[in-house]
Amino acid sequence: MAESYRRSQWSNSLFILPYLSVFAVLLVFPLFWGAWLSLHKVDLFGPGRFVGLGNYARVLADPVFLQALRNTVIFVLVSVPSLVALGLFLALALNKTTRTTSFLRGLFFSSSVLSVTIVTLIWRFVFIPGDGLLAVVSEQLGMQPVNFLSTSGWSLFSVGVATVWWCLGLPMMLFLAALQQIPNDLYEAAALDNASPWRVLIRVTLPSIARTIMLVTIIQIVMQFQLFGQAQIMTNGGPNGTSRPLVMYIYEVGFVRWDVGKAAAASEFLFLIILVAAMAQYIVSTRKSEASE
Amino acid sequence: MSTDQTTYRPEALTGNRTLLAIAIVFSVVMMAPVAWLVGLSIKDNKELMLGTESVFALPYTLVNYVNILYSSQAFGWFFNSLVVAIGQTTGVLILASLAGYAFARLEFPFRRTIFVIVLFGLAVPEQAVIIARHQMFNWFGLHNSYIGLMLPGMSSAFGVFLMTQFFKAIPKEIDEAALLDNASPLRIFWKVLLPLTLPAQATLGIFTFLHAWNDYWWPLISATRKEMFTLTIGIASSQTNFAQSEGLGFLSAQAVFASLPVLIVYVIFQRHIVTAVSGGAVK
Repeated sequence: MAESYRRSQWSNSLFILPYLSVFAVLLVFPLFWGAWLSLHKVDLFGPGRFVGLGNYARVLADPVFLQALRNTVIFVLVSVPSLVALGLFLALALNKTTRTTSFLRGLFFSSSVLSVTIVTLIWRFVFIPGDGLLAVVSEQLGMQPVNFLSTSGWSLFSVGVATVWWCLGLPMMLFLAALQQIPNDLYEAAALDNASPWRVLIRVTLPSIARTIMLVTIIQIVMQFQLFGQAQIMTNGGPNGTSRPLVMYIYEVGFVRWDVGKAAAASEFLFLIILVAAMAQYIVSTRKSEASE
Repeated sequence: MSTDQTTYRPEALTGNRTLLAIAIVFSVVMMAPVAWLVGLSIKDNKELMLGTESVFALPYTLVNYVNILYSSQAFGWFFNSLVVAIGQTTGVLILASLAGYAFARLEFPFRRTIFVIVLFGLAVPEQAVIIARHQMFNWFGLHNSYIGLMLPGMSSAFGVFLMTQFFKAIPKEIDEAALLDNASPLRIFWKVLLPLTLPAQATLGIFTFLHAWNDYWWPLISATRKEMFTLTIGIASSQTNFAQSEGLGFLSAQAVFASLPVLIVYVIFQRHIVTAVSGGAVK
């Protein structure tokens, strides 16, 4: 019997068979089926005729898609640096184990476990005109309240605020884990040199966690490119599509207008973007483990 | 704020008092919207109609929470979420444990190739497969069913990856000892190694549960009948017609009610959740 353990045996693969079947049917097949759909004219009534790259051409010619792409890129460019900077700040501030810091870490991470619909509800109650928290507060202060969710520019900003609030916990935790790894002798050496705290941060702390900063940035790029629920619920992409992200475009084309082939083509574009980011993440994280060995 | 072991460290701007003070202020800002939500939930709807600034004044009431008891819908959605999340979690734990054990310990043809393919699965975002999945589930009439809501989450490669790591971390000597007793791979898996992975099962289980509970896009397109909504989708649907809805107070109470289960799970299993989420991110 012990033979079967060390020697390569077909019977051993029975252990991976259950997962592998689910993986093949629900992930691998839909991945290729989606690519196939993107090359066909498909509607609610099933697959139709082959149109080659026609769907891709239609997507690229669609001003709504281009607007959604621009919105998403802007959103990523603003939300990711905010998340990285705030996460890093909180990690630096809470990088000591006391009762207060443990409590605060738990608090800052707690919003991450809420569902997107709760997060959006909370923030809609902050942003809604007239009755929202911001409206009430600005009225008390005698200021003219802004109609955040339906003013172009402000609507995407509001979605961003809700998103940063929701996603902040993960960057903070990853940075905290990285800060714990910095060897103490580096700090001792800096202490001998009488380096100022600011100098220690720039010369010791930040270089030591440079790879984590990179990794967190890529993870957040991947995550924020997939923005959907917050925008759909809070602003429904409005006004005039100024807060409609890519995923919401795919959702609307595929599941509201049932232009399935076109939606599949659009989702291949998004897949490509995310794949590039995931590759970058893989490269950065493997380099990291080589360095630590 | 007592003594700490690292006093010899120059503060390096980390753990500095000023930073901590700013963080505390920031935490208050961060919690303000939550306090506002809770405040709205304990106000009478009629009073809120006249102006929400009444949140800052008495009287408070639990009438909105009592109303949830009478609104059978929220409880139905709650039950659906529970069934889907528990079902999906059970499935993931079984599939991932079996596969993780095999990848970590057994030899079989194409082991490395298959593992690399599964790893590629980690890079596939939901958006790339969701349209095709929706069609497939249509073919088999799986929409608006519990199975249909549970299944997609079970294909995630993350659990397999995590369990492989955990099985690898168990010392090989433990299997060797069992092998001397002529135990079969299945026996070693079930009797010897599986009990040792309980903490890992908890981590993966809680992670999967939260994920399933909070899932948005798949249930949005798969569960289209109101009685099959999960709580997440139900809350979203009652938000859409905001103005003529049941009222801000009732909506707030519903949101508090919906987030209580995850917050309780979070408070109890905080360490597991943080491990799973950070592990999942770094891969």
